Amino acid sequence: MKILVCISKSPDTTSKIAFSEGNTKFDENGVQYIVNPYDEWYALVRALEIKEAQGGNVTIITVGNVADEAIIRKALAIGADDAVRINAEPTDAYFTAIQIADYAKKNAFDLVLTGKETINYNGSQVGGMIAEVLEVPFASLATKLDVNGSILTLEQDIVGGVQVVEVSIPAVVSCAKGMAEQRIPNMRGIMAARTKPMQIVEPIACDLFTTYSSYILPEAKKACKMIDPNNMDELVQLLHTEAKVI
Amino acid sequence: MKTLVYINSDNGISKSSLEVITYAKKLGGEVVVVSGGNSSDLAKLGEYGASKVIVDRAVVNGDEQQITKLIAFAAETENAEIIVFSHELTAKAVAPRLSVKLKAGLISGAIALPDLSSGFSCKVNVFSGKAFGVVTVNTAKKIISLLPNSVQPEITGSACSVEEISSNAGTSAIKIITTKKPEGNIPLPEAELVVSAGRGLKGPENWGIVEDLATALGAATACSRPVADIGWRPHHEHVGQTGVAIRPNLYIAAGISGAIQHLAGVNGSKVIVVINTDAEAPFFKAADYGILGDAFEVLPRFTEAVKKFNAAK
Repeated sequence: MKILVCISKSPDTTSKIAFSEGNTKFDENGVQYIVNPYDEWYALVRALEIKEAQGGNVTIITVGNVADEAIIRKALAIGADDAVRINAEPTDAYFTAIQIADYAKKNAFDLVLTGKETINYNGSQVGGMIAEVLEVPFASLATKLDVNGSILTLEQDIVGGVQVVEVSIPAVVSCAKGMAEQRIPNMRGIMAARTKPMQIVEPIACDLFTTYSSYILPEAKKACKMIDPNNMDELVQLLHTEAKVI
Repeated sequence: MKTLVYINSDNGISKSSLEVITYAKKLGGEVVVVSGGNSSDLAKLGEYGASKVIVDRAVVNGDEQQITKLIAFAAETENAEIIVFSHELTAKAVAPRLSVKLKAGLISGAIALPDLSSGFSCKVNVFSGKAFGVVTVNTAKKIISLLPNSVQPEITGSACSVEEISSNAGTSAIKIITTKKPEGNIPLPEAELVVSAGRGLKGPENWGIVEDLATALGAATACSRPVADIGWRPHHEHVGQTGVAIRPNLYIAAGISGAIQHLAGVNGSKVIVVINTDAEAPFFKAADYGILGDAFEVLPRFTEAVKKFNAAK
């Protein structure tokens, strides 16, 4: 099975979030970038498990600049076979999806996997957009993925429950927690990643549907008001009269 | 200007559906609601601002591909400029497809009405709730996916007409094998009050005191990741970075230390109450009210105080 795994960079989960240039740009000062956890822990690792069980090939794709090759090497170290970098800034989900879909179309993949969302933009957009461009089914937020010949069996979270669906390949699936367990690359993987093939592809022309014009940090929390554990009546009164939530 | 709102009407009309209709009404133009399925409650959506509801009874609300076709069909026949969803599972599957199909820019995770002073911009949640972004849409048609609990439903009108249509949505490539339906409790993403607990509760047999407080408040219950991972509580109750992200009016956390990954799922809450025995628990920094004490003593006292408050109301 020929699998394409879409990865994105995201700031380390413990990064301090700040903005520069009049709150129009994310301040990268001191920020450590990682492979977006949903892309790495769930999409990539599940792709590798499928390949290990039934053979095939796992290709990594990202839309990003030369600095993002660090996260590509990390994904290769975990076990992907080869990688593609579309040489452009991924400023808009539609732009990003068009670039990936164009490459996927020309290279006929059986399965395209994404994480359920990035932890920086939380849009959950790119997977569905790729599917629409490729005119294939899209199964969103899958927590389990099994392959049986050309049939995929998936579990998806629904509000308060679970749904099991079947879909034929080719398809796009976005992956959520439950699908696989994180893998730590070993030294052999890290060494091998250095020489695995990475193709650099120039972007195709595409309009931007959306633009991030500015960012706002939430107002600083007021200091926590400590309540006497023996006086829950006071807490209930505060929740009613001060916080006005009950 | 016309706004089309998609709702999933399968398990009754949810609060988040009423929120998106109210939101669409506040946009100013005419509001048309579209849905699939067999609901007979659709006429009452007029009370929240819909001028009519169009429904394709042949479309299954759980089928993302059929819904995409139904909405595209409705957007065209109604000549809608804006399409609004509640930012839930169906929207996450359908809205990106529609965005490509209709060449309409998609704003996901909107938390406010758009600002029309220069173009069409909307405030969204980014960086897992650690910041907000302002997204400007460059296309003529727009899609907005609104985070639950961003606006409150408002009754502004009276019942409207329900039109049955056939959108020829066809059969789907995605075959639904089984669906485990919601269990009758308040769905977590749209709950206004949430009582949550973590490893500090020591075992699943101790959840009674959490449920008692939730019942007294009329709240939903939630839990931290370790508690769901070891199977003390069902996975759909797990809130946090990798679980459900919620933004209730009140979030009460007992026996949860407040790791950054947990905060990412709850930092949109309007008011946070933290109960913990450890004064150094990081959650106190994110809390509005803190109680330094043992959840096993504090929760029952809290429940009694709420009952007393309810009785006096």
